[in-house]
Amino acid sequence: MSEIAVDILNMTKRYGSFVALRDVCLSIKDNEFFTLLGPSGCGKTTLLRTIAGFEAISEGAIKLYGEDIADLPPNKRPVNTVFQQYALFPHMNVRANVIFGLQRLGQDETTARARVDEVLDMVQLMEFADRLPAQLSGGQQQRVALARALAPKPKVLLLDEPLSALDLKLRQSVRQELQQIQQTTGITFVFVTHDQEEALTMSDRIAVIADGQVQQVGSARDIYEAPQNRFVADFIGETNLIDVAVSSVSGGYATCVLPGGDVQFTCPAAAGAVVGHGHLSVRPERVSLVKPQDGLLRGVTTRQVYLGTDMSVDVRLEGGKIITLRLQNSEETHIPEIGDPVGLNFETGTARLLED
Amino acid sequence: MARKLDIRHFPGFLPITYLCLFLLYAPLIIVMIYSFNDSNSITIWGGASLRWYGEVFWGVESAKFKAAALNSITIAVMAATTATTIATLAATAMLKAGRFRGKSVSFALINLPLMVPEIVTAVATLIFFSAIGFTTGYLTILVAHIVFCIPFAYLPIAARMQGIEDVYEQVALDLYATRFQAFRLILLPLMAPGIISGFLLAFIISLDDFIITNFVKGAGIETLPTAIFGAVKQGIKPNIMAISTLLLLVSVVFVTLSYLVGRMGQNKK
Amino acid sequence: MAAQIAKKSTSNTSTYAGLGVFLMLPSWAVIGFFLVLPVGMMLIYSFLTKEFRGGVIWEFSLNAYDQFFFDRGLFGDAPPVIEWTYINIFWRSIWQAGVATFFSLLIGFPTAWFIATRTGPNKSVWLFLITIPYWVNLLIRTISMKFLIRDTGPLNEWLLSLGVISEPIHIINTSFAVQLGLFYSYLPFMVLPIYASVERYNFAYSEVAADLYASRRATLTKIIIPIVKPGIIAGCILVFVPSLGAFLAPDLLGGAKNFMIGSLIEEQFKGNAGNWPFGAAVSMILLSMVLVVLTFYARQQAKEGAR
Repeated sequence: MSEIAVDILNMTKRYGSFVALRDVCLSIKDNEFFTLLGPSGCGKTTLLRTIAGFEAISEGAIKLYGEDIADLPPNKRPVNTVFQQYALFPHMNVRANVIFGLQRLGQDETTARARVDEVLDMVQLMEFADRLPAQLSGGQQQRVALARALAPKPKVLLLDEPLSALDLKLRQSVRQELQQIQQTTGITFVFVTHDQEEALTMSDRIAVIADGQVQQVGSARDIYEAPQNRFVADFIGETNLIDVAVSSVSGGYATCVLPGGDVQFTCPAAAGAVVGHGHLSVRPERVSLVKPQDGLLRGVTTRQVYLGTDMSVDVRLEGGKIITLRLQNSEETHIPEIGDPVGLNFETGTARLLED
Repeated sequence: MARKLDIRHFPGFLPITYLCLFLLYAPLIIVMIYSFNDSNSITIWGGASLRWYGEVFWGVESAKFKAAALNSITIAVMAATTATTIATLAATAMLKAGRFRGKSVSFALINLPLMVPEIVTAVATLIFFSAIGFTTGYLTILVAHIVFCIPFAYLPIAARMQGIEDVYEQVALDLYATRFQAFRLILLPLMAPGIISGFLLAFIISLDDFIITNFVKGAGIETLPTAIFGAVKQGIKPNIMAISTLLLLVSVVFVTLSYLVGRMGQNKK
Repeated sequence: MAAQIAKKSTSNTSTYAGLGVFLMLPSWAVIGFFLVLPVGMMLIYSFLTKEFRGGVIWEFSLNAYDQFFFDRGLFGDAPPVIEWTYINIFWRSIWQAGVATFFSLLIGFPTAWFIATRTGPNKSVWLFLITIPYWVNLLIRTISMKFLIRDTGPLNEWLLSLGVISEPIHIINTSFAVQLGLFYSYLPFMVLPIYASVERYNFAYSEVAADLYASRRATLTKIIIPIVKPGIIAGCILVFVPSLGAFLAPDLLGGAKNFMIGSLIEEQFKGNAGNWPFGAAVSMILLSMVLVVLTFYARQQAKEGAR
């Protein structure tokens, strides 16, 4: 197993009586592209800032390659941050911005200059070295901020929503660039975002955070296909949450009964699922339309929305619950009219009983 | 027609604004005009000349006014420099140092010289120096000026500092700068327009002060305003108008500079 | 909740956290030692006995305050009656400052409104024009006013030559001259805070009022003035307080008959005729009045802030 770069142990962060982060445990591996994903206000930026050293922690420990850094000020921590607003020093040109950290570390002028050239080359900004930040475009400023943070060869690079200020087109190309830089430099990246697409496409692993707590850690596939709880299932992609009765849970599988039905089936279950009552997550694209009498569930079509490659169809179940499904938009697909009675089916292996 | 629809427009407000400007400027402009009067009388117009400006620089009373001007300028430079330094540190404490003991009192304290009526400050300062047995003179004027210059230097400096986000210094710390380096290399250069602006305003305030200086100056030393006041007590003479015009221009130049420096800083941001 | 977090985190992560006291030390030292301490000293002096050539004798005495409020006859042995001389000077000062404040508001509000409703670079030019006179030496401005309104000054000369008047209007050395001088001295103080309030005023309120059939006048009195009231109060205080303790305007424009508090205080420290404890006592009374006004203002601001 690879070395742990950042180890956060039972960390809590309070502001007065307000708890911003509660009992956070995270192990970020060496050379990993690790993403903290969550809605705004969930505590992900606070978590990043505790690693950088801008926020003191209330309880627990933060270790960087085994060394406890919780009491070190930011200028003593070998981690660098790319800030959301970039915060390029407005009175210094690009070169002076990038060399700043190297000078503070006391590197000699020649080595430092060579390193500046190296990173400016990496972000393709050589010809802008003498410009002031105000003379650069948003994308260029973003790359200067990246170069400035990379120049001192930090052990961990922290990125606080660095793409949020860019427009959509630029964002997509910068994503690839960032991933490439992470791979070539081998530096551990900790990336904060509220954009799930960004998280899913770039990361080796993702930590989903809500209400100051880590909800789930895993690869993009893990968190999409095997969500742990209702928050993760709902926040990542779309899902249908169906109330079910749970008759048994064992070995990662559960036996459930659908509402109103007598249909009993077995499906994968999250670690915290319990016998009794539970929520079943079924992704819209995993639901298929069948004749009413053949379905696990039955209902009436209430809405259809054209989405280009797909159609989205809402079906109201007998109990009033709405199930959304995605159908591919092709010649063969039969799209029901509003008011049509339909049956719904899903492969039980793709549904998942969540922690309650 | 458009005006009738404009909810911001009130009939009569424009003429009142012109009246306001007229009231503010008319006396000053008239003194400026009469300072070029060739006549010995201040009322009768005797043609334009620079005669009284010559009188200011080379006339009988020129030595007195030159000495007073020198005192005014040296005191203003020293008082403004000291006050600006103190105010810069204070602004850093108030805006960039989080919470500390006595912070809420500090804000009131910095603004105290603005709240206490000038004449009261003057009396208190005179009594204080007399009580501790300190002879009034150049030094007491300087000390008193430093005190009341602090809030005037503080205002533009704090306004500027409020516009500088903490993130710049955080980046510096993140890039291994010590706090002193973050202050010297990042905060101070970004603050420069505010600091210059604060210095210029403090300078003008010191140069203009009459009441406090009049109380704490002691015998045998004059600043420009006290010298002018002394002369005016014997009646307004044409050379006073020339000096007034010069001093007025100095004020306008400095305030304009302060204003432009402040704006320049904003544009750069 | 995000705003709450942001607000709290700034106080937590301030760059120079822990250095506040150190950075503040010079201000505390200078203002504490050369202003707070002197005011305390002044309070003590007001309870001392006067020395006849200026200065004090270190002996406790209530004479200064007694002299202010009571008349005990020429030899000090008559039964005390209320002494009106000084109370009247205070009354006159309050009246003069009040009149100056009223006229400043009358001119200052429309001006502030007009400037705040300009658009583009014009606005800052207008604002700058209002600010400049404030920075011009107060002494010089007062002298200019004195020069202008003298009996043989340019104002009278022109009015005479234009035939508007047949003999000079006597303005100088009247209480009107003092009011004019105070008005002229502190007018920019009225404009600036009102301007700041109008800047923050949301014109949608005026639109709603107009939409609901309010006339301009009704919009002004029922909507605009109540909303920009904090600025109006601030402006009034900024004009009233310095007017109350003014020295130059009453001294240069008012002459001996229009004595105000400032002149009364100044006289007590001039040469050998002065009375330091009395001067200190009058200063303390003035300072207390100003503090009352400022406390009222602070409470008003707190109330507005709490809304």
